Amino acid sequence: MADIDQTDVKEGVDQDTVDAVARLSGTYKHGWSTDIEMDYAPKGLGPDIVRLISGKNEEPEWMTEWRLAAFARWQKMTEPKWAMVNYPEIDFQDQYYYARPKSMATKPKSLDEVDPKLLATYAKLGIPLKEQMILAGIEGAETVPAEGRKVAVDAVFDSVSVGTTFQAELKKAGVIFCSISEAIREHPELVRKYLGTVVPASDNFYATLNSAVFSDGSFVYVPPGVRCPMELSTYFRINAENTGQFERTLIIADKGSYVSYLEGCTAPKRDIAQLHAAVVEIIIEEDAEVKYSTVQNWYPGDENGKGGIYNFVTKRADCRGDRAKVMWTQVETGSAVTWKYPSCILRGDDSQGEFYSIAIANNHQQADTGTKMLHLGKNTKSRIVSKGISAGKAQNTYRGLVSMHPRAKNSRNFTQCDSLLIGDKCGAHTVPYIEVRNNSSRVEHEATTSKVDDDQLFYCRSRGIDEESAVALVVNGFCKDVLQALPMEFAMEAQQLVAISLEGSVG
Amino acid sequence: MMALARAKSEATEARLSGLVLPSSGAWLEAARRGALARLRAMGLPARRDEYWRFTDPASLAAAEVMPATVMAGGDDGVFDGIERVRITFVDGRFDAAQSDDLAAEGIEIERLAEAATRDLHWARELYGRLEERGQSPVARPLATLNSANATDGVLIRVTGKAAKPVHLLYLRKSESSDAKLHHCIKIEPGADLTLLESGPAAARLSSVLEVEIGDGAGFHHVRAQGRDHERRAATHCFARLGAQSTFKSFTLTANGALTRNECVIELTGDDAVAHVAGVTIGDGAGFVQDDTVFITHDAVGCESRQVFKKVLRNGATGVFQGKILVRPGAQKTDGYQKSQSLLLDGDSQFLAKPELEIYADDVICSHGSTSGAIDETALFYLRSRGVPLKAATDLLTLAFLAEALDEVEDPRLAAALQAQLEAWLERR
Repeated sequence: MADIDQTDVKEGVDQDTVDAVARLSGTYKHGWSTDIEMDYAPKGLGPDIVRLISGKNEEPEWMTEWRLAAFARWQKMTEPKWAMVNYPEIDFQDQYYYARPKSMATKPKSLDEVDPKLLATYAKLGIPLKEQMILAGIEGAETVPAEGRKVAVDAVFDSVSVGTTFQAELKKAGVIFCSISEAIREHPELVRKYLGTVVPASDNFYATLNSAVFSDGSFVYVPPGVRCPMELSTYFRINAENTGQFERTLIIADKGSYVSYLEGCTAPKRDIAQLHAAVVEIIIEEDAEVKYSTVQNWYPGDENGKGGIYNFVTKRADCRGDRAKVMWTQVETGSAVTWKYPSCILRGDDSQGEFYSIAIANNHQQADTGTKMLHLGKNTKSRIVSKGISAGKAQNTYRGLVSMHPRAKNSRNFTQCDSLLIGDKCGAHTVPYIEVRNNSSRVEHEATTSKVDDDQLFYCRSRGIDEESAVALVVNGFCKDVLQALPMEFAMEAQQLVAISLEGSVG
Repeated sequence: MMALARAKSEATEARLSGLVLPSSGAWLEAARRGALARLRAMGLPARRDEYWRFTDPASLAAAEVMPATVMAGGDDGVFDGIERVRITFVDGRFDAAQSDDLAAEGIEIERLAEAATRDLHWARELYGRLEERGQSPVARPLATLNSANATDGVLIRVTGKAAKPVHLLYLRKSESSDAKLHHCIKIEPGADLTLLESGPAAARLSSVLEVEIGDGAGFHHVRAQGRDHERRAATHCFARLGAQSTFKSFTLTANGALTRNECVIELTGDDAVAHVAGVTIGDGAGFVQDDTVFITHDAVGCESRQVFKKVLRNGATGVFQGKILVRPGAQKTDGYQKSQSLLLDGDSQFLAKPELEIYADDVICSHGSTSGAIDETALFYLRSRGVPLKAATDLLTLAFLAEALDEVEDPRLAAALQAQLEAWLERR
């Protein structure tokens, strides 16, 4: 962090640490870009662009109409201003809404036909798109039995899906895992039945924009009684400049099924901020369970707050059937601005929602994130554990809603949100809404804000652990609740991310 | 958005067009006009405002007062056993016959209606000023409206330790009274005052209390808000604390069609302490009680504490909106916030928004908010010991409320409130 000078440093921090801090600034390791020829839609946004995107995806008429209706509505909407984030006015006409590598003009029939440059991009990110190579670069993966290490990947590059692995093997189990554009073509009945039923096209400014211009994303359908044989994942990469990424994910877990889904995302370093507005819809039927994990590592901008991704995301899970379960886990370390509230609609009786989040904001990052737990069914349970860490000049806000409907008898919620501040130029905020409309339900909310505990630091230091490692250790302990909920593939990565984001933040 | 702003502005102008400001002397006249101009800029509150998310302000902001049947057996006598200087307002009008001599040791008490005509007065530096400071970051237009059109109130200046508490007794006889009271209190460095308030006041009460607490000074505020089913009230307390000063406020509310109590506290001197607490008993459909607290830490080493407990039944609604704002540099802050509700049946509701906004790293801030029914096992235990259901419920209710009641330091006042509380539970 270049902006830490002598005067900012608190007593007790030695010069070596300050030097190390300066050296470590700008450690975003996914900031490189791929030099590849791209096809762009014309800059700007209008009905013709919406039609063009729909056309590129070879969509049926009903889908085009759906998009156009969303676009017409979006034009009448205003950008929400209630979040505790500040950013310059976004010029929605001054960017590209569709960018596709030229080599993807005709869809490759198999992964072998995909442009090697694209494959190399994912390999460099540690996401090999060959089925025999199982998520390399992940520490500890080799200790897990081969079966357990399989992860099917849908790789999205700017506006298009590059390919999806293990499709054949998944098909044997009856699981459909493909890009959403493919699903609209191949499984229109499923898409039409579920798309927009959890996040309606009219939901909010960014969800409506997404409904009009989403270019790709992932689609998952797990049939009744099927336990998905492997983890599914989507890796989103933004590469093109001045281009917004609008992806749409639709996950349907039919009665009694189970699926664990992972999402990762990165982008190159660019001076100009880029927009990312995604929508994720999850439908969970009776007795089904979905785990959705995200490691969000979009480019956060440089240490002066220049560039970075504006991440405006709407994610919602609808537990439609009785005893349906959903678990959101997110590690948010990237993005210049984050605006994201993965939510659970607990409609079915005895359904459960869980939300585990670590949000780390450094330098000039701003994160406004949290969840909504809407208890509609009887005996529904929800749990929220949110840990926010602010360093540098960052602002980190937890914003959440717990609502107990009059009909949601005997329901339970427990919320814990903690914030940690590192340095005196950052901010940590908590904005919880609690609405209890029946008396047989119990709601508990607690939140604390504190700095890294001096006693804990002192203890570590007295055992010979240097200050930075000690802070990382204490912070990891603070985040343990959340990290333990992550699938193994992410837990290792997440622990590293926690350390990286905090390096140079000792204060 | 623009259309919304325009609609609000039109509604505000329509409401203010018929407004006649009470005639008063030079400085108050200026303060009223200033408040009116500010009110025009911010607009009157509407249901769609985030700040009024849980409570509908329409009946508080409207020009007409909704008629309210006068109810006997309120809390008029809650402080009767305590030696005090009593100042009585009936339906918002000063009643000399039911008030004590205002001359007291170490303390100057005047009425706003009289003092305002004197050109030089300490209150001119206070009236509307703290209210104005309290408008950021959230507008509180009802308080501004009060600064513009308040008809009376008391101005109290304390220079030493006040020998007796000052008691503002608010009686009500009219079914359509619209009381607008504005009090200013200045507590000089090292001085100390206890202020008591009780009674239903009017069919609709709007009150603003501005308290400036000097370095090392203390202010203790204990209030019982009338058990009077149809009354409405919007009260505001704006306090600014100097170094090592103390502010402690406790409010007991029972029923009332609508009660919105706002408390805005600014800790501007190092090592100041502010505690705000409240107990609410809501029993009946349509009763809405709303505590909205905003505490700003703007100095080093200050402590703030919010403890609110609400017992709700038969369709009552309890609201808590609390915020701790720690400004950059307000290190060593200790902020605590607790809001809890006990829902005695399935029809009642508790709506809360306990917020923290923190810009300093060496602080401890925590909040807790819970809502639930009475503990069945505790109830079963009491019943198994032969305690009848109602007595057992009351006992557990009192136990639940005790933590907030503990915030009242003076044992005589605490006993008076406890007795009042038990009487209310008994009558239920």
